[in-house]
Amino acid sequence: MQDIHELTIICGIDKSGAKEDVEKIRICPGEIIGIVGPTGSGKSTLICDIEQLSQGDTPTRRKILINGKAPGRDIRTDPRKKRIAQLSQNMHFLADMTVEDFLRMHAKSRNRNFDTVERVIEIANTLTGESIQPGQQLTILSGGQSRALMVADIAVISDSPIVLIDEIENAGIKKQEALKLLAAEGKIVLVVTHDPVLALMAKRRIVMRNGGVRQVITTTPGEMNVCNELVRLDNYMMSLRDTIRQGGLVEQAVVV
Amino acid sequence: MKLVVVAGTPGSGKTSVLMHTIRSLKQAGMSPAVVKIDCLWTDDDKRFERLDIPVRIGLSRDMCPDHFAIYNTDEMLTWAREQDAGVLINETAGLCLRCAPYPDRCLAVCVIDVTTGPNTPLKVGPLLTTADVVVATKGDIVSQAEREVFRERVNEANPGCRIIEANGLSGQGASELAEVISETPDVGQELTLRHNAPLAICTLCTGEMRVAKEHHMGVLRHIDGFTEYRGE
Repeated sequence: MQDIHELTIICGIDKSGAKEDVEKIRICPGEIIGIVGPTGSGKSTLICDIEQLSQGDTPTRRKILINGKAPGRDIRTDPRKKRIAQLSQNMHFLADMTVEDFLRMHAKSRNRNFDTVERVIEIANTLTGESIQPGQQLTILSGGQSRALMVADIAVISDSPIVLIDEIENAGIKKQEALKLLAAEGKIVLVVTHDPVLALMAKRRIVMRNGGVRQVITTTPGEMNVCNELVRLDNYMMSLRDTIRQGGLVEQAVVV
Repeated sequence: MKLVVVAGTPGSGKTSVLMHTIRSLKQAGMSPAVVKIDCLWTDDDKRFERLDIPVRIGLSRDMCPDHFAIYNTDEMLTWAREQDAGVLINETAGLCLRCAPYPDRCLAVCVIDVTTGPNTPLKVGPLLTTADVVVATKGDIVSQAEREVFRERVNEANPGCRIIEANGLSGQGASELAEVISETPDVGQELTLRHNAPLAICTLCTGEMRVAKEHHMGVLRHIDGFTEYRGE
């Protein structure tokens, strides 16, 4: 398949069956797009439509185009040809396999070398507190460990030009580092988030309500300043979190 | 008329996927009829009737439900022809995994639940390995990586099959399945099974209740794999 230079969302209908307020959204490589809205407003459904490369065949009737055209069936379904990686909200693995066997199998399904397996575990361990061992059963990993492994798996094995991320801020992993890992340069990235830092780090954000796209907002220069402030505050919060996690005391507030 | 045989474990989402698929078939101008086979009880006929199509149920009671389905295939086809159906969909009870009640000239659809784990496709046997289409359900509950690993395992067990990822709640995958059904050739005469049904000729089949070995006769298989005929 040729390079991806544009992802297009042709909007469909909301939960009430009314047309969405936006007709079409075009996204280019290198862009990070936020998806925001109240819970239940259809953010994850929008991500799923993109993951499936829907062609008007889901309840939202949306169509997803790549380079302006409807992708063929094998591109939609065969993971060896699929160019989309998705981090869903799922926090646990259900597969009854060891970490290593699972990653090997996944590498095979994506036509990758088995030596990527070690790298996945290594990267996952930079995101999580207690380290993951190759021989561990997937099902005993904690929510945070599972999430870290899913992120690393996407960065290495599912490394794709289009990356979909659903609420990376959950599960207590280092969200900014995780986002940096996933949103490598030149990728199309869509991030569902309730976190103002992540929402404002995006170049544009899609606002959802009642299952439909309501508007697309471009982040303003003023918002970028707010974002920088928030990043500083957030780093401060993270440092406090680490200290508390390690059993330390945080009696004095540091002015940031 | 086309014949579609849908098999899969209980709770895998056969009926839910079919509900959406039948809507798509009707939209495409086809006239489906459904026969649902179950063992003791079902109210799936009420669900299917809401779609305003001919529905019939068959309860196998004391007979193995898949043997029952195979034995009654002719009757089902005759009934569906009487209803002027363009497609007969036979939804099986789906229990032991060993049976694959697929005749040669039908569309054989195996519905399988992704959350049962990536080893399931290896355990299922002819139910999956002789299917034309494998419908993987509940993929929304697991990660993308897990869906892809599951898919890889299905490919290993049945390299030629078409895999459709479906969601019985949202209807994802239903239009694809409907498309495959509409491309299926008409059912022929003289149907033959793709795979033999399991051996089932023993005293237990005819109602023996006592457990001890000495009470059993027929074609019997020991736990070490030795198969013998005991009897007169």
